[in-house]
Amino acid sequence: MLSLDKLKSTGKKATRDGFGAGLKAAGDKHDNVVMLTADLRGSMKSEDFINTYPDRFIQVGISEANMMGIASGLATGGKIPVTTTFANFSTGRVYDQIRQSIAYSDKNVKICASHAGLTLGEDGATHQILEDIGMMRMLPGMTVINPCDYNQTAAAVQAIVEHHGPVYLRFGRPGWPVFIPEDTKFEIGKALPLSEGTDVTIFATGHLVWKAVEAARQLEEEGISVDLINIHTIKPLDEEAVIASAKKTGAVVTCEEHNKYGGLGSAIAECLSKHAPTPQEYVATDDTFGESGTADQLLAKYGLDTPDVVAAVKRVLKRK
Amino acid sequence: MADIQELKKIASQVRRDIIREVYLSQSGHPGGALGNTDLLVALYFEVMKHDPSFNMEAQGEDVFFLSNGHISPVFYSVLARSGYFPKEELKTFREIDSRLQGHPTTHEGLPGVRVASGSLGQGVSVAIGMALSKKMNGDDRTVFVLTGDGEQQEGQIWEAALFAPHNKVDNLVLIIDDNGQQIDGPTQEVLELGSFADKYKAFGWDIMRMNGNDMEETVKVLKEAAAKRNGKPTCIVMDTEMGMGVDFMVGTHHWHGKAPDKEQAHTALDQLEETLGDFAAEGI
Repeated sequence: MLSLDKLKSTGKKATRDGFGAGLKAAGDKHDNVVMLTADLRGSMKSEDFINTYPDRFIQVGISEANMMGIASGLATGGKIPVTTTFANFSTGRVYDQIRQSIAYSDKNVKICASHAGLTLGEDGATHQILEDIGMMRMLPGMTVINPCDYNQTAAAVQAIVEHHGPVYLRFGRPGWPVFIPEDTKFEIGKALPLSEGTDVTIFATGHLVWKAVEAARQLEEEGISVDLINIHTIKPLDEEAVIASAKKTGAVVTCEEHNKYGGLGSAIAECLSKHAPTPQEYVATDDTFGESGTADQLLAKYGLDTPDVVAAVKRVLKRK
Repeated sequence: MADIQELKKIASQVRRDIIREVYLSQSGHPGGALGNTDLLVALYFEVMKHDPSFNMEAQGEDVFFLSNGHISPVFYSVLARSGYFPKEELKTFREIDSRLQGHPTTHEGLPGVRVASGSLGQGVSVAIGMALSKKMNGDDRTVFVLTGDGEQQEGQIWEAALFAPHNKVDNLVLIIDDNGQQIDGPTQEVLELGSFADKYKAFGWDIMRMNGNDMEETVKVLKEAAAKRNGKPTCIVMDTEMGMGVDFMVGTHHWHGKAPDKEQAHTALDQLEETLGDFAAEGI
């Protein structure tokens, strides 16, 4: 069982680097793993896989729709295709290709998407997708995963390759604290409790998990006991864990680098409104596009920083 | 050597199936289905090596993808007549709880269908992926994909057109049904497509042409295309007449997505010899 005192940052590494490491390891183990990219091999940090298995690497060029179709065909032929590009071009740009040729066609394609959310930084709103979890969660049969650090991303890649069915794996660009112990088991669809508490539940996904850890430490110092749960798999949601914690604490905060509509907060609200109606506050972008800036500046400006989590907890506690 | 007369007899029965499927559901796309009947019969009954016991991965088999999914009535008929599923199931076309959806899908587990199609422009990419998997597996069989001509207006088509020659996907045969018609009218009025041969040649494809309503020529050209391995994908520009086989449906887009009434259906069926036995159905 993890706890706040065990969650120490061992330094910063990007989740996309975790993807690269995980892909190489998955490729070593499964010789039918094939990587595709749409002119972003460098950004996807996958040189290890590409150099080791050049015959299992397909450069598609800047044509994401074609990439999704080719992945569908490769899966039909028994391969495990892993598509790679930025999250914006992995989802919105190719939604119908994913919908028809992958999801509706039950293809075993792994859509791996980097540079999700505001923390992509200076490139600005054209690239900072904040709607992708919602879009992908709407697709019947799609598994949606947003790991929180380097180690969890590497473990998630292994898990999705061994899982049969379409998966959307979302991760990011910046160096980020590595704090999930390397030996932590990654189970698709299983919530990961990070700290046990009784006053309030924080459900967090992706980069925002670290902000939630920092917030929980501050809150504990103020005598507020936090049940901190990492929801790395947004679909299928671990409803049992969500309901149990909400019933225990009676107050919920959700944290994600995503629009408040359609993402983790929505998934939790959908679950709790049916099974255990609970006051909930959202740490998420407020139905807006992003802008250029550093990751830290953007998280602060758009209300996704540690103080925002603390404030959301205090708001929800007043509603108990 | 192919028995062309035998293939023509099968085609006549498939055209009857198409009219009866579309009549029974009072919806569907008879025009393109009739125009492509000779092609699909040639592929499934002469050119392709394939196994109706159906294995999704198709190792050691030739594979056909239908990108213009709306001509599903001909696809379903040919699959049924090849033994993928009982012909009696054709009467459920477009009905509730049927495996024969309006547009083909793997979702209902219909043997013979390997990917959903209907939203246009996606099938060539899928076929490329399948062809690449065959190359990786050391499987020398061929992947065929059919698109409509109007469908070539989709952008994804041209992404795929760039990719296949660059990556020497020479076990791929793209067939374009150049019937000159799309829903809103003649392609040259809706959005001029120019010369497919010139376009694909410029992209680095080998070009072949055939009259897709001439069974002998269709078989010959398809076999030649399937055998070719020269580092280039093949594009067959195929002339067909929409509605071929039924005099009042030929050469017009009016029957693109329209079902015949009872009298029209019988007029059509009177022009098509029943050669293999109709599927049983009430009401026609």
